[in-house]
Amino acid sequence: MTSLHNPGVHRYALFTVACTVLLLVAGALVTSNDAGLAVPDWPTSYGTFFPPMVGGIFYEHGHRMVATFVGLVTIGLAVILWRSESRPWMRRLGLVALGAVIAQGLLGGLTVKLRLPPEVSIAHAALAQAFFCITVAVAVFTGRWWQQDVPAIEDAGRPRLRALSAWLVGVTFVQLVLGAGYRHNALVIAPHLVGAAAVLALVILAGRVVRQRFAGQLELRRLAKGLNAVVGSQILLGGAAWWSRLATREAPQPQPVMIWLTVAHTVVGAIVLATVVVFALVCHRMLTAAQEPAVVSGVSHTGAAV
Amino acid sequence: MIIRSHYVVVAVAAALALAACSKKEEAPAEKAAAPASAPAAAPVDAATAGSVAGTVKLDGPAPKVAKLKTDSDPYCAKMHASSPLLSEEVVEGKDGMLANVVVYVKAGLENRSFPTPTESVTLTQSGCEYKPHVVALMVNQPISIVNADQTTHNIHPTPANNRDWNKSQGPGAEKITDSFAREEVAIPVKCNVHSWMKAYIAVLKNPYYQVTSADGAFDLKNLPPGDYTITAWQEKYGSMDQKVTIGPKESKKIDFVFKPS
Repeated sequence: MTSLHNPGVHRYALFTVACTVLLLVAGALVTSNDAGLAVPDWPTSYGTFFPPMVGGIFYEHGHRMVATFVGLVTIGLAVILWRSESRPWMRRLGLVALGAVIAQGLLGGLTVKLRLPPEVSIAHAALAQAFFCITVAVAVFTGRWWQQDVPAIEDAGRPRLRALSAWLVGVTFVQLVLGAGYRHNALVIAPHLVGAAAVLALVILAGRVVRQRFAGQLELRRLAKGLNAVVGSQILLGGAAWWSRLATREAPQPQPVMIWLTVAHTVVGAIVLATVVVFALVCHRMLTAAQEPAVVSGVSHTGAAV
Repeated sequence: MIIRSHYVVVAVAAALALAACSKKEEAPAEKAAAPASAPAAAPVDAATAGSVAGTVKLDGPAPKVAKLKTDSDPYCAKMHASSPLLSEEVVEGKDGMLANVVVYVKAGLENRSFPTPTESVTLTQSGCEYKPHVVALMVNQPISIVNADQTTHNIHPTPANNRDWNKSQGPGAEKITDSFAREEVAIPVKCNVHSWMKAYIAVLKNPYYQVTSADGAFDLKNLPPGDYTITAWQEKYGSMDQKVTIGPKESKKIDFVFKPS
């Protein structure tokens, strides 16, 4: 593959990712401060675009302002990709990002208009994660590494790391939806705990596969280590957020310790998903399936030891 | 192909998770109350009517009264610069008597219907708190919400069995008048602008109710003779029932004693 790397486009994509992280923080602050309905109207706020920024209005209208900014940044991203990209699928990805941010804005409006039904709030949270992943993917695709020639490496083992990484993306996304279900009072905590165990098990398995089969591949090793670090941090943050709820349940809500730990848990959850998406993309780019008959645990399908 | 099948499985799992999240019970759709469906009964005969009176008390130490932080709105912070706003979750009077408890007839009047009062009950936002903290009214009786503050509030009742709504009210705005069509004890009301502001609205099918003051006393008068379930509801400690039988011109005394949880 001939390098098409455009540093300016890549930097803009990274800027979009950073703005989206800020938007995730702003959105999580709205939920933690129970400020989702502090502004009863939409798309205006108290009939204006600049209401008094006091109490819950600060969080809700602040979220709307950051979201508007991210929307404008995404329009810029779509235009830049459309004009500068020679890869048709990248142009389309820019449009997908734009469509996602528009849909997200409309879902945000629906949460206000329908007064926070859990289904809509959970969909709003899930689409936020999906949009974040799209921006991260655009940043990966516009990066130098993705656009240089990468030798294909055969993956002869089972489970295939490409398939495992795809499962990891799906299970992590479901786990974030379960977390949103708990956060918006539609689910108890148990499914979210089961999801955490599933993500952890897949991350441990992926790390083991990388160590055993791809020890010489620096990119995969670094990503596997990063994945371990963010998932470990996320589990600790989840425990701390849960503790803060229990410890402050007799106090007037919401308490700052609960707010910040929960916001951190929510945002690091998005970072976990972004990391597994990058891991899956890199696996997809580097690895190919072996052509010969599949081998399971060092024993061929004929039963002979290999 | 194998990879594609993995993606399909993952997508289906995500869809199932979303579907699982939508199983929370929803409040039934609002319907107009139909008091006329209850059989009309003869007016209460004052000559034979009795009463139930008593007190509501807390048996044990009350929780420490929390100071509420109001500094997210400069107006509210200024209002409470010298005297911090205190939580009204448990308001204890002398000798453990409890205020803000709704005492009402829960059962025993099913065969009677009562006219809906036309005068409205008022809930005032003053000093960045709701006054009173607990109000009671009858089904379909109007409730007026007034903003006496020089800051914006939103009024957001979150009922389980009634239509919910969320309305903003700026300084000097017209009062908001609404009503609730179904019995519910009690509907939490919050202001999402000022997270510490909370109130409760008890909606009842009959006129036999009172909200206790700091003396914890109640007196349900003019009750026709019969068997009744009397309930005391407190926002932190929940509900407590007692059964009483009222004979002609009889005055019964019952006390409710909540235990700190």
